[in-house]
Amino acid sequence: MHLSDSDADAQFRAELRTWLAEAVPTLPSPPDPRDWPGRRAYDTLWQRMLFDAGYAGVNWPAEYGGRGATPTQHLIFLEEAATAKAPDVGVGFVGQMHAGPTLIAEGTPEQQAHHLRGILTGDHVWCQGFSEPGAGSDLASLRTRAIRDGDHYVVSGQKIWTSHAMVADYCELLVRTDTDAPKHKGISWLIMPMDLPGIEVRPLMTVQGSAEFAELFLDEVRIPVTNRVGEENDGWRVTNVTLSFERGTGFVGELLDTTNIMGELVELARRTPRGPGTAWDDDGLRRDIGAVAAELDALWAFTKRNVSQGAKGGMAMGSGSAFKMSYAAVVHRLGDIALRVLDRSSLAFDDIGEDRTGAQLHHKLKGFAVGIGGGTSQIQQNIIAERVLGLPRER
Amino acid sequence: MDLDPSAEQRELQEMITRFSLDRFPTDIVRAAAEPGRFDRAAWRELAELGTFGIAVDEEAGGVGLRWIDAVLVHESLGAALTPGPLVAAALAAGLVDGVLDGSVVPAIVERPTHGPAFVEHLTSADVLLVIDQDGVSSIDPATVNTRALPTPTDPATPVSIIEELPSGDRLADADTARRWRLLGSLLASAQLVGIAEGSTTLAVAYANEREQFGRPIGSFQGLKHLLADCYARTEVARSALWAAGVLVDEPEAGDLMRAVAGTRVLAARAATENAKTGLQVHGGMGFTWEVDAHLFLKRAWVLETAFGSVDEAAEAVAASLEPGSISS
Ligand SMILES: Cc1cc2nc3c(=O)[nH]c(=O)nc-3n(C[C@H](O)[C@H](O)[C@H](O)COP(=O)(O)OP(=O)(O)OC[C@H]3O[C@@H](n4cnc5c(N)ncnc54)[C@H](O)[C@@H]3O)c2cc1C
Repeated sequence: MHLSDSDADAQFRAELRTWLAEAVPTLPSPPDPRDWPGRRAYDTLWQRMLFDAGYAGVNWPAEYGGRGATPTQHLIFLEEAATAKAPDVGVGFVGQMHAGPTLIAEGTPEQQAHHLRGILTGDHVWCQGFSEPGAGSDLASLRTRAIRDGDHYVVSGQKIWTSHAMVADYCELLVRTDTDAPKHKGISWLIMPMDLPGIEVRPLMTVQGSAEFAELFLDEVRIPVTNRVGEENDGWRVTNVTLSFERGTGFVGELLDTTNIMGELVELARRTPRGPGTAWDDDGLRRDIGAVAAELDALWAFTKRNVSQGAKGGMAMGSGSAFKMSYAAVVHRLGDIALRVLDRSSLAFDDIGEDRTGAQLHHKLKGFAVGIGGGTSQIQQNIIAERVLGLPRER
Repeated sequence: MDLDPSAEQRELQEMITRFSLDRFPTDIVRAAAEPGRFDRAAWRELAELGTFGIAVDEEAGGVGLRWIDAVLVHESLGAALTPGPLVAAALAAGLVDGVLDGSVVPAIVERPTHGPAFVEHLTSADVLLVIDQDGVSSIDPATVNTRALPTPTDPATPVSIIEELPSGDRLADADTARRWRLLGSLLASAQLVGIAEGSTTLAVAYANEREQFGRPIGSFQGLKHLLADCYARTEVARSALWAAGVLVDEPEAGDLMRAVAGTRVLAARAATENAKTGLQVHGGMGFTWEVDAHLFLKRAWVLETAFGSVDEAAEAVAASLEPGSISS
């Protein structure tokens, strides 16, 4: 066991750091969070810069256009990018973290040739159309219907909470192709181009006051059968291939972002008058922040553990779940401390003057996104209890 | 970077676990603090496995591995509830003759700033080592006025009170004292992580076996979620622990002081919360002396005070966040 970089890793880190130091300052200022075309342009510009420099798809195999770097180097990439305050993956999330890896694992050569490069260059933005109003935690009960008509599927139904749908070119769509089979056995995984007739995207406002996700209304959308990934009715297995990419390094950028927010909170506490001194003079508050910092350090170490295990053949069952539920909890704890520091200035949801007070509240709300999206914390607890600890199923 | 134990390291842990459960089964553990119960023969066998000299150089008679290996060993010792003085032996092994082979049993205490000193395992000790700001000194226990407590909190950890701690003979300098405090905290945290896991394993076994309302109680989601939380707390604390353990061997790769302090916060929380959950999951049986659940809780309480409190540790992490601190 060791933490220091090997020579090869140290060289990778040094070259990357040099490149980031030059590249990041050339970026324009980030767009308003509500300006979706602006966000797409900004995120994909950065992706293109990464691509041109050979840093797109760091962990993707070289034969699919990636860098083919080791899991450790992927982690170094994420760490250095976040430290250099480079943009995070943004609208590229689904393409790079879900759809791309799924196509690499399960796609046909034609599908791979058509899609993978566009994901890496930033030209193709993807969204994930899994959840439905009636199928969230119980995803397999989804009802969006696909009826075969010659060499097309005719798809009708509704999806919800589809992140980045308003600027996406493609959607990884789960549909029901067999209504008679048991719920897990009648699902197929389709690539849906977002410009097909019959698709309506209605932005859905989040608690943060911006439209991060949307509802998708599908009315007899004709999707070519060649857009199916995996066999018909085998979509649940294909989905689980996707979900397994969702855990692991998926939260590294977030973790480092939370660390930055915590640093800002410490600064804020040290400036905020309270009693005869500042909020930072409060022993209870300081210790609570110390405990949060300890937990963030631990989650960073947990990530390294998971990556180390992954490199040897696979993460231990339950590690992703334990990480995700613990991370959601610590974001909430940090946000609770932020509210204590902000006190009455928490009445403003925007930044006040120089202080990024609003950012603290926005980050607190993000704790819910982490604890709900991609499988709620309760679902993670179920997974741990049943699949790791081996406790009996309820029914 | 590799934060996953090797096959050899896992074997080392399994070896320690097997030995501990065999030589120190819980019927021995639960009475270990009673007068005359310290088993010198078993202690020497534990020493012969290399337990106390994991990180001591081979030339000096140790195993010649690294501190992360010692951390892993203490995790297993904690999970098995092996009675001490384990941390004292691991710290003293490189300094005091005879500790390595188990012939000399040490006790260690930090000189209190006020009030009497509460010393673990003094009743079985041949030498008392005192840590203070200026260094480490040694005292012959026979020369000191001590009072063994009739009922120590943990039935496996005998405790004595010393009203007046003499100054003793200076054995090592302030740097050694600082190092011992750091490593002592870390090894105690390693045992706390072991306790967090051990108490969860016990509770999960009971939840699978005990039936109410015609089914195993472990099928009730109320218990499932409590136990899943135990698992998550253990894994988070263990991650911190392993990173801190590696940093002892590679101090240039991070902030060791902060890592050890942060580990203490999480390991103490995981051990005490999991042990409390473990007791609750056992219901009325959990409140009986006969079930082991309380042994985990009480050992956790003892260890969380060893080499600095949780509050001090949280404070140390917070201090590392201030601009201009050595850490940031
Ligand atoms: C920020 C964000 C982004 C998202 N992005 C996407 C996206 O891009 N694409 C997509 O397809 N989906 C997306 N989702 C949807 C997300 O996957 C679902 O919201 C999530 O799986 C929960 O489903 P639900 O909302 O229907 O809640 P429900 O399943 O109705 O759950 C409601 C409550 O019941 C609890 N519960 C449910 N079942 C159980 C059980 N078996 N045991 C114990 N408790 C239970 C839950 O924990 C929760 O507290 C996103 C969600 C969020 C918040």
